[in-house]
Amino acid sequence: MHPILKLVAQRLALGFLLLIAASVLIFAGTSILPGDVAQQILGQSATPEALENLRRELGLNEPALSRYFSWLGGILQGDLGTALTNGRDIAESLGTRLANTLFLAFWAALISVPLAIFLGLLAVRYKDRWPDKLISGVTLTTISIPEFMIGYVLIYWISIKFGWFSSVAIINDSMTLGQKLNAIAIPVMVLTLVVLAHMMRMTRAAILNVMQSAYIETAELKGMPMLRIIRKHAFPNAIAPIVNVVMINLAYLVVGVVVVEVVFAYPGMGQYLVDHVAKRDIPVVQACGLIFAAVYIGLNLVADIVSILANPRLRHPK
Amino acid sequence: MTEPLLKVRGLKIGATIYPPGEKARDIEIVHGVDFDLEPGKVLGLIGESGAGKSTIGLASMAYGRGGVEITGGSVEVNGRDVLQSGIRDIRRLRGAEVTYVSQSAAASFNPAKKIMEQVTEAAILQNKFTKAEAEERAVTLFAKLGLPDPDNIGQRYPHQVSGGQLQRCMTALALCPEPDLVVFDEPTTALDVTTQIDVLAAIKEAIRDTGVAALYITHDLAVVAQVSDHIMVLRMGDMVEYGTVDQIINQPREEYTRALVSVRSIEHEEKQPSPDPVLKVEGITARYKGTDFDVLKDVNVELHRGQTLAVVGESGSGKSTLARVITGLLPPSAGSITFDGRSLTPDMPSRPIDDLRELQMIYQMADTAMNPRQTVGTIIGRPLEFYFGLRGAEKQKRIQELLDEIELGDGFQDRYPAELSGGQKQRVCIARALAAKPKLIICDEVTSALDPLVADGILKLLLDLQKIEDVAYLFITHDLATVRAIADSIAVMYQGEVVRYGPKSQVLSPPFDDYTDLLLSSVPEMRLGWLEEVIANRKMESAGN
Repeated sequence: MHPILKLVAQRLALGFLLLIAASVLIFAGTSILPGDVAQQILGQSATPEALENLRRELGLNEPALSRYFSWLGGILQGDLGTALTNGRDIAESLGTRLANTLFLAFWAALISVPLAIFLGLLAVRYKDRWPDKLISGVTLTTISIPEFMIGYVLIYWISIKFGWFSSVAIINDSMTLGQKLNAIAIPVMVLTLVVLAHMMRMTRAAILNVMQSAYIETAELKGMPMLRIIRKHAFPNAIAPIVNVVMINLAYLVVGVVVVEVVFAYPGMGQYLVDHVAKRDIPVVQACGLIFAAVYIGLNLVADIVSILANPRLRHPK
Repeated sequence: MTEPLLKVRGLKIGATIYPPGEKARDIEIVHGVDFDLEPGKVLGLIGESGAGKSTIGLASMAYGRGGVEITGGSVEVNGRDVLQSGIRDIRRLRGAEVTYVSQSAAASFNPAKKIMEQVTEAAILQNKFTKAEAEERAVTLFAKLGLPDPDNIGQRYPHQVSGGQLQRCMTALALCPEPDLVVFDEPTTALDVTTQIDVLAAIKEAIRDTGVAALYITHDLAVVAQVSDHIMVLRMGDMVEYGTVDQIINQPREEYTRALVSVRSIEHEEKQPSPDPVLKVEGITARYKGTDFDVLKDVNVELHRGQTLAVVGESGSGKSTLARVITGLLPPSAGSITFDGRSLTPDMPSRPIDDLRELQMIYQMADTAMNPRQTVGTIIGRPLEFYFGLRGAEKQKRIQELLDEIELGDGFQDRYPAELSGGQKQRVCIARALAAKPKLIICDEVTSALDPLVADGILKLLLDLQKIEDVAYLFITHDLATVRAIADSIAVMYQGEVVRYGPKSQVLSPPFDDYTDLLLSSVPEMRLGWLEEVIANRKMESAGN
């Protein structure tokens, strides 16, 4: 078997194991949470008999191990269970929320990743001169300001003062793509400003590191212009560290945007999770946790595989 | 007289250095050098490290490596002063009129791109050829340089060809745009002696056939004598002597040139083997974990007290692996080692402390073998504390004795490695090994990274210390001149096997086996026409080709 296929297969298997381990942690973590769903649903005045009946109905009296396996078995068949609080199918309500979150993350990534890499390349080209310092200064400032702050500032200026985009990012299925994009424009800007610095700095550092190599000198002595050297000779060798940071930021765009969703009242996964944590609706919390874990593991897996594929020694063995 | 292709006048080059613990300051590293190079001629630039050879070579491309800056004078290529040119003109010069071959092709090729793409890149970029023309020319050059499968080798990646092949590819890269001048910067120094000779012959032929002019930079006078028309000897940024190859080799005028020509002044009488060997290696076979072939195959050697056994061979022959087995870093799969009459445990961690003490090592890269944040005193003092429990004044006294032994005077105790020269660093490593009062020191290529004159000093020191301390050396090297200088017995290794073993006089006198013959005949000799003679008389090819 080609060594690359073997490496990739190993990574995939490891990713799957990791996901199982994450499911155990999520289940165990939520099981030891204080509080009782039955109590929560029925209120303080419920009789012990009523509580006991509801617990039995919800299957809360089963041993933890059997509850775990029936939960895991359901997930493997696409059944995430029903929400305790409203009795709705979790997969269904989660589906639309997840789609919304991915929609927001997709547009934020589409703008921020190329922009970050381009700014990183530019910073290398003008290293230690004013463009480099300006790029670093601005991106480090935006990453240092809390995201709700950036959110409110942008709402104030762009939406209220200039009236360009909507300040509330509520979207639904009846909207056209243009209307949706108009609604999410400001949240996308906020997210872009938040993730830009990290990716830009890593691109700059990774390429500068490669620029020390002897083959960059070879390219310079061929009379190549600097930007072309960076693009053709430095960038291909800096892909692995850059992809790693890009993937971490993409994962953040999916699982870490609770604050932005709340600020803009956006109907995404984060809000859904926070709502149900407050209601002690364990099955929903578990389902959200597992999906977040899968996104993290999946994106890091992609980063690993891209790093493997970017290495010519692995791609073309002797 | 023809108009010179390259005309250098009053070239001054400076650099900013950052001494540890001091403020950065500017120094001058080339102090006004003049020379001419006519079209199609080869000028050898020779000198020790720090002489400014590479810096002068790169100045012909208006390039300064690191913090190096050209501060004065003029460099005219084809009648234009490149130091007065703008960056656009300089880019048109580089890779078109003047090209460069570096010492380490392995580092100078981009690992992520195919060889062909990199070889033809400059020619296409500079609009010298179309892509198809450039590739055709590259294939012709690959064939001319003796590369295997010239039609397809360009489709490989740099890590898929050997070091010697990659160095030829680098030469093809430099010749592809049909330049007027090629700067060869130590192009064969990193290669094995047996590989060097083939690459050298290929370069020489390519220079002759293409009619290109060249600056050939090296520290090895014997090498430069084979390829140059003229030689310029440099020392610490000044020109010492300039002349034809014949004159420099046969009638050097300056004292310094004479020292370079006659280096290796050591006379060493071979000692008779004593009855008690300090080291006995019997039937050692070893392989690295996860591999399926033996790096060492049934190796048997003996080393006697106070004597030197030289282990020679090209890279990959198993020399250093033998050292790893003896020191216990790689337990062998078969065989035994007897040290000073007792059997050695195969793996290092379970050896008694006295076995560890009596068997010391000195490495090729003195730089990386010392902690840069420790002073010389701390470095040498460590084994004194560790093995003998010396403290305070007693330790200081012993450190001073050791420093005297390695001919470093007062004041070295408090210095850091970065403040020492290459030779001084290696001396400190020798002192650290001696501090343990060992019976055997394994010297792994200890002089390979040093300039010839400095290396000579280290070898003399090692021989003197051997007499005083009665210590045995297992001397690993690929350099036969070093072997001649210090060995009592010799083991020649080839692909994991000892192919020839015995007292020095016997190993170095005919009749030879094919490999020893190849190895001996590949050592560059300082006379004209040596290269052609050897190539014509060879019986076998190097394994590294």
